[in-house]
Amino acid sequence: MKREILEQLQTDRAEKRPVVLATFLKTGEQRLLYLVGKKGLKDLDPRIGEAARAALIEDKPRTVDTEQGSLFLNVFNPPLRLILVGAVHIAQALVPMAQLAGYEVIVIDPRSAFGSIERFPGVQLSNDWPDEAMEKLKPDLRTALVTLTHDPKIDDPALIAGLKSDVFYIGALGSKKTHASRIERLTAAGFGADDFARIHGPVGLSIGAKSPAEISISILAQMTAALRQTSAPASSAAA
Amino acid sequence: MTTDSTDILTTALDWKQSGKGVALATVVTTWGSAPRPVGSQLAVDDEGKFIGSVSGGCIEGAVVTEALDAIADGKPRLLDFGVSDAQAWEVGLACGGKIQVYVERLDA
Repeated sequence: MKREILEQLQTDRAEKRPVVLATFLKTGEQRLLYLVGKKGLKDLDPRIGEAARAALIEDKPRTVDTEQGSLFLNVFNPPLRLILVGAVHIAQALVPMAQLAGYEVIVIDPRSAFGSIERFPGVQLSNDWPDEAMEKLKPDLRTALVTLTHDPKIDDPALIAGLKSDVFYIGALGSKKTHASRIERLTAAGFGADDFARIHGPVGLSIGAKSPAEISISILAQMTAALRQTSAPASSAAA
Repeated sequence: MTTDSTDILTTALDWKQSGKGVALATVVTTWGSAPRPVGSQLAVDDEGKFIGSVSGGCIEGAVVTEALDAIADGKPRLLDFGVSDAQAWEVGLACGGKIQVYVERLDA
């Protein structure tokens, strides 16, 4: 391995950029592959690009057969993140649960009475508006986004930023009626059916959840399914 | 592997920067009940000091020997370990798994 490749890999990791280290096992020839931006995938066999993407999404290294022999794809993913919009009661239950499941949790709420540090000890809190906060956070395919405020002024900018990103999960709290009017607003903002299919709304698996803790379980279970299963169930609860 | 490989690669780079010869070993394939998942890494310096793991401690000795050879000649290597339960015991994969380990030198 060339030292400059390892140094670049370490920079990518420090900057939380998902990256695949591709190694031809016969010759030792190596390169780093990125999903978005940067050079990497264009001059590559599309099959390799797909395998690299799948490896990153499933967080699972693999070997692909190529004309130049076996190509090993090792995965270097940033840690999982959960961005919660709305420092509400459900967030107080969901934050510690998601932390236990290995997520770095960030709570966004521009209403400082809600998003105060006393309510969320040990959590990264932002009182910025969600569009500004999301811009700074640079959500990637190891990030989940859950909106909890029901307030279009706060939820919508976050959902729009989420849809424009690679996040692996988007959940939006609210009844079927709330979700229908949300879809109407997003349609007016230029989004379509493919985008709406990414939004889990009403949020959470259908397990009859009632309390904030139970609703958090249903949300975390749905996030886990989206992360670990290639085709995540879209079934939702009226949370 | 996201978190524990950070230290391994950081250490490998530190060793290299301090002028040592360094090799990296990576699990590239596993069959059966292999103790460490694909992608697990081990870094070795030219004195045989190592950090990380490619098994539960069973084949590390053999991997370090090959790593020292790789540091000396610069050639990457693909190593196979395990097979039957009896042989697995011999090289130290007591659980009977099979693993393939890629060993490469860290070049300047």
